[in-house]
Amino acid sequence: MITQPPPQPLRLVVDLNRCQSYGQCVYAAPTVFRFHGEESLEYDYAPGDGVRREVERAAAACPVQAITLSGATEPAPVACGGGR
Amino acid sequence: MTAAGAAGLRTGRVVVVGASLAGLRAAEALRDEGFTGELTLIGDEPHEPYDRPPLSKAVLSGRLDSDHIALPRVRDIGARWLLGTPATGLDVPGRRVELADGRSLGYDRLLIATGTRARRWPVQAGGGLEGVHVLRTREDAERLRGALAAGPRRVLVVGAGFTGGEVASSCRELGIPVTVTQRSAAPLAGALGGVLGRAAAEWYREVGVDLRLNTTVQALEGDACGRLRRAVLSDGTAMPVEVAVIATGAVANTEWLAGSGLAADHRGVVSEGDCRAVAGSGRPVEDVFVAGDVARWPHPLYPGQLLRLDHWDNAVAQARTAAYNLTRGPDERRDHQPLPAFWSQQFGRYLKSVGVPAVADRVVVTQGALDQRQFVAAYGLKGRLVGVVSVDSPRVLDGYAALIEARAPFPPRLGATDGPDRLEPVDAGFPGRAAGGPQEHDIRTPSALAPAQTAHR
Repeated sequence: MITQPPPQPLRLVVDLNRCQSYGQCVYAAPTVFRFHGEESLEYDYAPGDGVRREVERAAAACPVQAITLSGATEPAPVACGGGR
Repeated sequence: MTAAGAAGLRTGRVVVVGASLAGLRAAEALRDEGFTGELTLIGDEPHEPYDRPPLSKAVLSGRLDSDHIALPRVRDIGARWLLGTPATGLDVPGRRVELADGRSLGYDRLLIATGTRARRWPVQAGGGLEGVHVLRTREDAERLRGALAAGPRRVLVVGAGFTGGEVASSCRELGIPVTVTQRSAAPLAGALGGVLGRAAAEWYREVGVDLRLNTTVQALEGDACGRLRRAVLSDGTAMPVEVAVIATGAVANTEWLAGSGLAADHRGVVSEGDCRAVAGSGRPVEDVFVAGDVARWPHPLYPGQLLRLDHWDNAVAQARTAAYNLTRGPDERRDHQPLPAFWSQQFGRYLKSVGVPAVADRVVVTQGALDQRQFVAAYGLKGRLVGVVSVDSPRVLDGYAALIEARAPFPPRLGATDGPDRLEPVDAGFPGRAAGGPQEHDIRTPSALAPAQTAHR
């Protein structure tokens, strides 16, 4: 019997040099992206898998393609000795 | 380079020292470039790579948890990670990296991406007191956030650069009284000059920051238990204060390279346009590359100096170029010459920059006005456009970027409908420089968190 590896948690980052504050991501995933001030985008890098579809839609809708999503399937690295 | 030789560059052992933005993106790019050998990432921090820009903004304000800022890993890299393991030495001829835990690692090719750290306040002047903070790491941000949550009567921020402004802005959002001292006549003067800096001073004042210009801190004083209690300023003020944030710039993490023979000091590691490290002799080292905040390298758009950019964007792009060149022979390498760019979010504003304003002698407002919420300012050096800054106007910069890359004349001819009737350039007002005078030292533009973040990083 083959078991699928669990999907990796959703992660994202926005290139704020590229971002031009069109706000399409805010419409697509309002729980993840928001404006703080008139033009300054803020967002959650690790919003949880429940909003994966909305975040994927936001990334696709960004007119300047500023949103990068995680694509790795490897587990997160941990510090030697299990971290602190 | 024969095909077999080029294939040899895609196998063997690559060690990346530095596991933040540049180190991670370089490791991913190495795999993208077809590197199939053994890959090791060494990081001094115990965390997987995370993004630094939010530390001084959303994390400090409590809108984002510091365990929610890990960078996405965009692909599998099959690497060995040594986190929480600082590098302590480099043997270039022996091709070995020494680690703090006593181990040493051999490599065939090395990438240095150790970044920068916050400059600290001298211990003899009170830098060791409880309540004196810097902001560069997750732990720094958590510590400062805890101090702010305790409801201090006032926070002192030393330095009104990008990090200082972002921290002061976050404190005011939390309703905490803030004093900011700045050695020069305006905030951001070192990066953007006094003309824009005077506009930024109004951002501080309109939210009630006590901004002290041309002022330094003479001493931070503590009580018998070693807790910060008082700051003595050069204007004679003795201010009761329990929290101070030192935001006076960044220092390159190069101590571990002492004795390695590389041209490295507190300003960074000198590298070539193709990212190869340069030895003290001035000759490039064939199997050591440099990327990110720690690199100082020549850029054809800004001749006569070495650039060190504490910029998020540069860390990503230089990491990719270093990985590309590290997997190729000399004939196939390319130079890293991006148009620099950074951003900052402070006092509710979104500031973006392209080019290098810090080298300019003149500045002119091309759209809007300095006392408005939105404006664009262009920077010139000897009649050429070298940089542009926009505030709350994020969609205008692409056009300006093309003009800078085309070495367009200054003042630029735009015909913008929201611009002044006549462009009237003035001296950009960089501190310590006579009008139109030469640069006395390398350019060091702050990041979104630097830093960093300056953005930095």
